[in-house]
Amino acid sequence: MYTTELDKTPKSAVPISREDPELVAAFEARVAADEFIEPKDWMPEAYRRTLVRQISQHAHSEIVGMLPEGNWLTRAPSLRRKAILLAKIQDEGGHGLYLYCAAETLGTSRQEMIEALHSGRAKYSTIFNYPTLTWADIGAIGWLVDGAAIMNQVPLQRTSYGPYARAMVRVCKEESFHQRQGYEIMMAMAGGTPEQKAMAQDALNRWWWPSLMMFGPPDESSPNSAQSFRWRIKRDSNDDLRQKFVDITVPQADYLGLTVPDPAVKWNEEKGGYDFGEVDWEEFYAVVRGEGPLAKERMKARREAWDNGAWVREAADAHEAKRRARLAA
Amino acid sequence: MSHDWPLWEVFIRSKGGLSHKHVGSIHAPDAELALRHARDTYTRRLEGVSIWIARSSDIVASDPAQAGELFEPAESKVYRHPTFYDIPDIVKHI
Repeated sequence: MYTTELDKTPKSAVPISREDPELVAAFEARVAADEFIEPKDWMPEAYRRTLVRQISQHAHSEIVGMLPEGNWLTRAPSLRRKAILLAKIQDEGGHGLYLYCAAETLGTSRQEMIEALHSGRAKYSTIFNYPTLTWADIGAIGWLVDGAAIMNQVPLQRTSYGPYARAMVRVCKEESFHQRQGYEIMMAMAGGTPEQKAMAQDALNRWWWPSLMMFGPPDESSPNSAQSFRWRIKRDSNDDLRQKFVDITVPQADYLGLTVPDPAVKWNEEKGGYDFGEVDWEEFYAVVRGEGPLAKERMKARREAWDNGAWVREAADAHEAKRRARLAA
Repeated sequence: MSHDWPLWEVFIRSKGGLSHKHVGSIHAPDAELALRHARDTYTRRLEGVSIWIARSSDIVASDPAQAGELFEPAESKVYRHPTFYDIPDIVKHI
């Protein structure tokens, strides 16, 4: 999911001017011709760093994304819903693994990335620092959060770095189930008792704006975009994707008989899309800074999961060592 | 974990009659666990009927910077392609 560029001012890498101009020119030409760059190909240091940052943030988002939904596993309203939610969460874990592997091809290690996440240095999507208060939130997450994620990820299937693009192809194939199961939950809630419908509306109210924030800051304050466009890391602008998301989601809310919590939403015939209100970017930056309602709790849960699983990793290591010793004997 | 487990490359045969194809990689302490992790990570939707794994460090790859020289010999040998030969249309089945 979730590929918003979260660091506003990335530390500058080796200036392009200090790298071999012939290599830089050849690289730029390949990228401009829509060729894919592969791990052993020469690439500018800044390209490598941007990708490590973006892919690892993306991976962390998948991993942290398991937490808000995991909260509801034991409280899913039926065995069917529980089995589906388990499968979805397992997919998110898998997506994290595809992405960590893609980042590792650029010279970072799994250990470095996990430590960066657990120490709080690494960023992940702001969306996961909001709470999941009712079962309807699980529906809203699948429908809106995974929906926004698909919108972000589809263009990344053609991103210029081969391993990232291939990971995105796998992720996109799996993501559609996530969105549809979420919408199905919303259909059940919206068509249920008045209380259930109210829960669905409440979930939509709380997840709508954070979902729009998933596309990142407005184009004019998205400082890394120009470089990322030139290198074909990014293929669509934040605002274009946000508009596309609003255009397909508002009619989906209408079908449910729910209302998006934005009085400014209005069809604009001239532009062939919906007008909508201004996102509260102060809130977005506050959540990026780690002031989200659940930032601390998420990292605590993540670290505990890692620590509580230590014995499994240690047992696997011990087993491997014992076998190796037997073979050597 | 104070170290990363070794990296393994994963190859999947999607169905009988097709060859194994590289799908990604996985960390695992040994081959047996690598297979299990590969199953869980890469075949959650019946993507395969067979899995191969190989230690990434055992894979020998050509150098992309040398690709020009490496593949140049084939470039100049167009006569290896059937379209190189002019055969009149009147001649059939060739």
